[in-house]
Amino acid sequence: MKFRMPRSLSPERVPASPKPATEVSVRSRIHFALAALAALALSTLQPAGAADTPDPAADAKAFRDYFVNKFPNVKLEDFVNGPYALDGDMRRQWEEKEQFPPYEFSLEMGKEMFAKPFNNGKRYADCFENQGIGIKQTYPYFDEREGKVVTLELALNRCREKNGEAVLSYVGDEMAALTAYMAFTSRGRPFAIKVPDDPRALEAYQNGKRYFYTRRGQLNFSCATCHVQNPGERMRAEVLAPALGILNAMPIYRSEWGGMGTISRRFTTCNSQIRGVPLEPQAEEYRDLEYYLSYVSNGLPIAGPGARP
Amino acid sequence: MTTTKPRAQMRISISWPVALLLVAGTASVRAAGSETDFRVAYAAAEAADQQASRLRNQWTVTAAALAEAKRAADKGDFDRATASAKEAEALAKASIFQATNEIDAWKQLEIR
Repeated sequence: MKFRMPRSLSPERVPASPKPATEVSVRSRIHFALAALAALALSTLQPAGAADTPDPAADAKAFRDYFVNKFPNVKLEDFVNGPYALDGDMRRQWEEKEQFPPYEFSLEMGKEMFAKPFNNGKRYADCFENQGIGIKQTYPYFDEREGKVVTLELALNRCREKNGEAVLSYVGDEMAALTAYMAFTSRGRPFAIKVPDDPRALEAYQNGKRYFYTRRGQLNFSCATCHVQNPGERMRAEVLAPALGILNAMPIYRSEWGGMGTISRRFTTCNSQIRGVPLEPQAEEYRDLEYYLSYVSNGLPIAGPGARP
Repeated sequence: MTTTKPRAQMRISISWPVALLLVAGTASVRAAGSETDFRVAYAAAEAADQQASRLRNQWTVTAAALAEAKRAADKGDFDRATASAKEAEALAKASIFQATNEIDAWKQLEIR
């Protein structure tokens, strides 16, 4: 019996090579190496580019899903009530307080201020769409002419300046009162923040997102440390609010402050609480942060002015 | 034996004044150097804090340590002033490290 060589190894099946085998092998190795390098370059470039390209709609969905999954018993629109959505005892106390809300005086003051003409006879209403009524849900917006984010607080002071009035403090009672009244006229309307298809708008959005997640201060906290990682947990006597819907109830009356506070006051206070030097109110970083946080809460109703412990 | 004793006594009697002079000299150099040390330490702390400011990441505790250094220096307590200034510099450098590190690290916290 003859031993037969497998067909694949039999000499007649080896194709005639037009070139020496060594040359082919060197060339194919070079080609392979070049292809591998190109693939490596693509693989390192592509994901980085994709990761750095902001996708606000995808972010908002992921943001919402995170909180809905974390608190499956909380109704989506209830997230705007912050700690009261998470703690039953606090909620009962708050509902009783809402019979005579602590922000009522400020709301009245804001209504009067809003209606009172400036020295030139014009009013705040002349500076805003729909006479300033029921528009809070569209602020902040990206001003494509200016290339920057414009918040309601900033727009109110610009209105004053335009009409020859002195600007108000961004962390003071008057600004809180004005924004409280404007928020009140928007109650129940869903946040409708737009990020236009403009690289500058996307950059502002991304800057806001970066600020939100960046750790700062000696305590090494980011906004997310409290409001993403630990909502519902206690920090001393406070129950931390979830980031979803956190700006819908602004401005807020805080018992801790003994008065009303604007978004600017909230941001600057957060920074000093973690032992960071706050930026100037309405710094570009804070405006972008407000833009990001408002956008990811799109669809949730305006609930301001609010009250918090 | 009798010749070595006076030599030893003489050595001691010479070395005491020399030692006293040396101690006095060192003390005066230290006292004079203390204010200089403070100024150097304070300038370094201020420079680091300014860098943190450019990175938009100053810490309140750095400002407090700088203020404490200044208060102590105004009272002439340069040892304490220098220590506070050095603490301020260390805090400012930590805030710079934090800001630099967070350029990329923030992404780890992001909800995706």
